[in-house]
Amino acid sequence: MSVDKTTVAKIARLARLNVPEDRLEPVANELNGILDWIAELNEVPTDNVEPLASVTGHALPMRDDVVTDGDCVDRVLANAPEGASGFFVVPKVVE
Amino acid sequence: MSQLVTGRTGDWEVVIGLEVHAQVSSQAKLFSGASASFGAAPNENVSLVDAAMPGMLPVINRECVYQAIRTGLGLKAQINLTSVFDRKNYFYADLPQGYQISQFKHSIVGAGVLRIVLADGSTRDIGIERLHLEQDAGKSMHDQHPSKSYIDLNRTGVALMEIVSRPDMRSAAEAAAFVRKLRSILRYLGTCDGNMEEGSLRADVNVSVRRTGAEFGTRTETKNLNSLRFIQQAIDYEVARQIELIEDGGTVDQETRLFDTNTGTTRTMRSKEDAHDYRYFPDPDLLPLVVTQKEVDDLAAALPELPDDIRDRLINDYGLSPYDASVITEERDTAEFYEAASAGQDRKLVANWMTVELFGALNKSGQSLSDCKISPAMLGGLVSLISDGTISGRIAKDVFADMFETGKDAASIVDEKGLKQVSDSGAIEALIDAVIAANMDKVEEYRGGKDKLFGFFVGQVMKQSGGQANPGMVNQILKSKLDS
Repeated sequence: MSVDKTTVAKIARLARLNVPEDRLEPVANELNGILDWIAELNEVPTDNVEPLASVTGHALPMRDDVVTDGDCVDRVLANAPEGASGFFVVPKVVE
Repeated sequence: MSQLVTGRTGDWEVVIGLEVHAQVSSQAKLFSGASASFGAAPNENVSLVDAAMPGMLPVINRECVYQAIRTGLGLKAQINLTSVFDRKNYFYADLPQGYQISQFKHSIVGAGVLRIVLADGSTRDIGIERLHLEQDAGKSMHDQHPSKSYIDLNRTGVALMEIVSRPDMRSAAEAAAFVRKLRSILRYLGTCDGNMEEGSLRADVNVSVRRTGAEFGTRTETKNLNSLRFIQQAIDYEVARQIELIEDGGTVDQETRLFDTNTGTTRTMRSKEDAHDYRYFPDPDLLPLVVTQKEVDDLAAALPELPDDIRDRLINDYGLSPYDASVITEERDTAEFYEAASAGQDRKLVANWMTVELFGALNKSGQSLSDCKISPAMLGGLVSLISDGTISGRIAKDVFADMFETGKDAASIVDEKGLKQVSDSGAIEALIDAVIAANMDKVEEYRGGKDKLFGFFVGQVMKQSGGQANPGMVNQILKSKLDS
């Protein structure tokens, strides 16, 4: 598996990362290095092995259906660049 | 019944699939302890998890999982004991995480089936492809400020069930019937309140057209329709648009469209081509969701009787018409009212009084069944007075109106107003003799062959009795007297 410049540019755009044109080729090379290294795992025979989701052996912990949180508008908005009447205020985004 | 749509160049078959988003009824959100209730002040029902503050971790709400399983059981669907949460990545101002936690490859509920009831009372099975759990997003308001949007995250993280149908529907009416039936089942189960105005239930419709028997055409998806009327309008518009486009030599683009509720039309969403590149991957914050078969069995054992089963029972055991049975079972409280009112009574007669008189009066007064003054026992009492001949069906209508108004039971109204039907043959004979004596000319005409006058005599006798004479006995005695 390998990625090219175009793929890197597309992934960067989707992730809102600014990768300048002259960095696309080097980033593609770095990513391919990582992908090749991980691809070595394909050599391990896994035909009769169950997929492993976690090495801890724990099940997904669950919570009771009780309201225990919220009602903290000040904390939620504390880092917002702008707020008004309890709302976040952002540059207009409209379809 | 042909459902084809005729275009300029021939007939077209419409193919519809639905994705319905149903808000799970729960106290708290899917992955946080904030309240899931509707109508709080802006950002009041938001925890730091919902706001996606760094380091916050999701912990799943067991009840939301159970609600999804109950719904799956109600759809006679396969329950997957292991399912996986994935991240669906996209950027929008009301999605602070930058991704929605959803289920992509391994959903909690697999294939099932939903039986819809059509206008003529016939039924059709629509396939369910899957049901998965996911987070709702927040709400953006664009009309508060000329250059800013206001964001409220109260809905962010509330649990949704996305229910995906097979492309089995062939008309807008079938799509509406699907949503109506799904809503009914959700409300019976108590897993979603089904409130479409508040957005608890909304649908995305996938529509394509094809020549009969041909491959599926290219479909469009119209998003976020929150009423049965909008669903039908959006489908009708899309069908007409696509047929015209193809007949003019064009092709349908696979795209997402928006519905304009003011004009009843759809338009292309002005999105980048990347909009659907969600780069799903398993959420590393969440282990696979595992439930046991015992948990599923326990939930199944505690399910209420579902509308299809009740409907079958009303048709097979009580002899109701498919139409009455469908109307009565659409809502759980109506079905329960009917069961209580008709116990020990003439089941069909109660169904008739309920669907015609009671529903009519509720419609007219704008009341719901729960706030009206008539209890199941009161309706049963009225019907028993008709069945045992105490009052006629005509008098019963007046008694019903009185009951609806005052909340008194039928027997007291009949007593107070002296409405008891006269079934004493002596009294009826006396009335008939008086009417005959007063109308000897008409009696001659009748005996001369003018049969139609019989109705006149019945009318006169009933009038003299103040409507209380037993109509069957009047007919019988009158006939014997006139014909003698």
